Amino acid sequence: MSLLNGITYGLLLFMLSSGLTLIFSMMGILNFAHASFYMLGAYFAYQISTWIGFWPGLLVAPLMVGVVGAAVERYGLRRAHRFGHVAELLFTFGLAFLVEEIVHLIWGKVAVDYRIPVELDGTLFTLFDTSFPIYKGFMMLISVGMLVALYMLLTRTRIGLIIQAALTKPDMVEALGHNVPRIFMLVFGGGTALAGLAGVIGGNAFVTEPGMAAAVGSIVFVVVVVGGLGSLGGAFVASLLIGCIQTFSIALTISITDVFAVIGVTLPEGSQVARLTITQLAPVLPYLLMVGILIFRPRGLMGARES
Amino acid sequence: MKNKFVQRLALAASTLLIGGSAFAQVKIAYIDPLSGPFANVGDAGLKGFKEAAEILVNQKGGIMGQKLEFVGFDNKGSPQETQLQLKAAIDQGFRFVTLGNGSGAAHSLIDAVNKWNARNPDKTVLFFNYAAVDPTLTGEKCSFWHFRFDANTEMKMEAITNFMETDKKIKKVFIIGQDYAHGHQVAKAAKEMLAKKRKDIKIVGEDLHPIGRVKDFAPYIAKIKASGADTVITGNWGNDLSLLVKAAKDAGLTARFFTYYAGGLGTPQAMGASGENKVIQLTEWHMNVPTKNTEKFALDFNKKYPGVWFYYLRVNNMVQMVAQAMNTAKSTDPKAVALALEDMRMPVDTGEVWMRKSDHQAMQPLYISIFAKKDGKTVKHDSEGTGYGWKTLASVSQRDSQLPTACIMERP
Repeated sequence: MSLLNGITYGLLLFMLSSGLTLIFSMMGILNFAHASFYMLGAYFAYQISTWIGFWPGLLVAPLMVGVVGAAVERYGLRRAHRFGHVAELLFTFGLAFLVEEIVHLIWGKVAVDYRIPVELDGTLFTLFDTSFPIYKGFMMLISVGMLVALYMLLTRTRIGLIIQAALTKPDMVEALGHNVPRIFMLVFGGGTALAGLAGVIGGNAFVTEPGMAAAVGSIVFVVVVVGGLGSLGGAFVASLLIGCIQTFSIALTISITDVFAVIGVTLPEGSQVARLTITQLAPVLPYLLMVGILIFRPRGLMGARES
Repeated sequence: MKNKFVQRLALAASTLLIGGSAFAQVKIAYIDPLSGPFANVGDAGLKGFKEAAEILVNQKGGIMGQKLEFVGFDNKGSPQETQLQLKAAIDQGFRFVTLGNGSGAAHSLIDAVNKWNARNPDKTVLFFNYAAVDPTLTGEKCSFWHFRFDANTEMKMEAITNFMETDKKIKKVFIIGQDYAHGHQVAKAAKEMLAKKRKDIKIVGEDLHPIGRVKDFAPYIAKIKASGADTVITGNWGNDLSLLVKAAKDAGLTARFFTYYAGGLGTPQAMGASGENKVIQLTEWHMNVPTKNTEKFALDFNKKYPGVWFYYLRVNNMVQMVAQAMNTAKSTDPKAVALALEDMRMPVDTGEVWMRKSDHQAMQPLYISIFAKKDGKTVKHDSEGTGYGWKTLASVSQRDSQLPTACIMERP
């Protein structure tokens, strides 16, 4: 059961981080506003679901987010790009705040009532008398489908070929008559659309509220760093890894004292540290993992380059 | 054309000026999270205060002819930001502040208020606490400048464990809470009191999770399930409680939840049918407690603010008590108001609220209720439009939740 929980959480993380890693690998932009597009996806889907239902929203909301993303690239990032990487970073950083304020203005500061559609509300199967909700299965399905589609797109189609070529040899591709800036715009739009999709299905599984972007913002970067900057496969593995680490460490009841006892160190009885349990440490573990990876394998699990 | 516009502008300005001078206001700074993960909680509180001030005070003559007004200051839930907001409020001339969310923020505020008052005895500030329930705020850290209108964690746990004492079906208890002062205190009080009252109950697990950061409670629920607990005690509030109950529903957990804060702020909506006969809360009021005025007040409130549901009766109590203290003292000087509030007994809709002088802790009747299907009789009103409402299981008299205090108060 913990494994299943870990995998579903991991897959959602993957959906979130795939867009980020895609954008980074293609354009070299670390998009700090990525989680904001996740939030936008959830809010768009909520709005659409109140008008015409959940299913159209599943398709339309990510597209809308993609359009917003593309517009941001075309009219904002492209200009900032001229002034170098720092300007880009600062631009996306500011964008994150901007999006949050806009969400406040339009939808208010309170969580909105974005619900799971009735068709998906129920139990899929029961394992060790713990039921597994249909919606979680649906989330897994969407994210695995997305991984496959993305992989196919990048490796098996002409567009994918051009995109990959534009990354390493933009001048050459441009010389061959392709519009490289437009490709970049498409990639950025596509990456943000993926975050939007994660928002559409994550927003009602959890809570759709203005703080949701900040809540996932940091963990997404952990996934990307651990997986290796720019590696889609790495992001996938890292997402699953982090999802499982978090759920399993919650399931464990041993304390720090027990852990240290294994390596032969006895902690002073009754100290604050000795009383900590692994469960309490669960939220910190992904960050520990990130620090560890940065020290011992800076390019990440499957990263292609050292930078 | 232009002339007319200028004339109108001048007229408007003069009415404003006259209005301002005739109605000098008694202003209270509401310092609570108005953004971030608990923005919904802070937002609902502010609306409650504004409505209570309008209906219960201003429409009944105000405070010595003046209007009572609440102004929001966003502390983002953080203790540091709370001090900055207090500074901002004092700079704007506020002499009264109220805060409810987060014991960390409350501690920070009580320290800052004490320090300010020691340095500025001619410009003192008074702190009304409507929801921060850390017992030490009226215990070791009690202050003359602080009044609490909510029952504290220990008082609430006293009432809950008294109730659990009589329920022999409870055998295994799991305690889960947010990893900060409040969560720790709920767990501590629950363990101590259960050990005294029901030795046969086993605590099968205890977990603390980071506050406001967990999105998926499924692993915690899996753990509770594996422990075989038939009862869960939690002090969680806001999204942390909604998400917990949501995850319990998804996993088909059958244990009953004893909660402090399931009655409002979106939690009933998140629970829906899954909370039926499973989620129990302890509050000073709920919609199905028969009352004279509050029922209408709540219905009007819910109509006026769609999506926000009236939840805090103690906010109404506090506003009435503060207004009465000012009227009795014939002053809006914080020290005079504090002296008038001490030992005040206020008849309210559910009985009597007594502000104990020794520690500035309000004593009031409490209710234990369970989430049940709306039937038009005992469950007359549903909660947040869910079709389910609260059914009283037991009422706790003012006396039954009183505990001795460790407060040694320094008086000015």
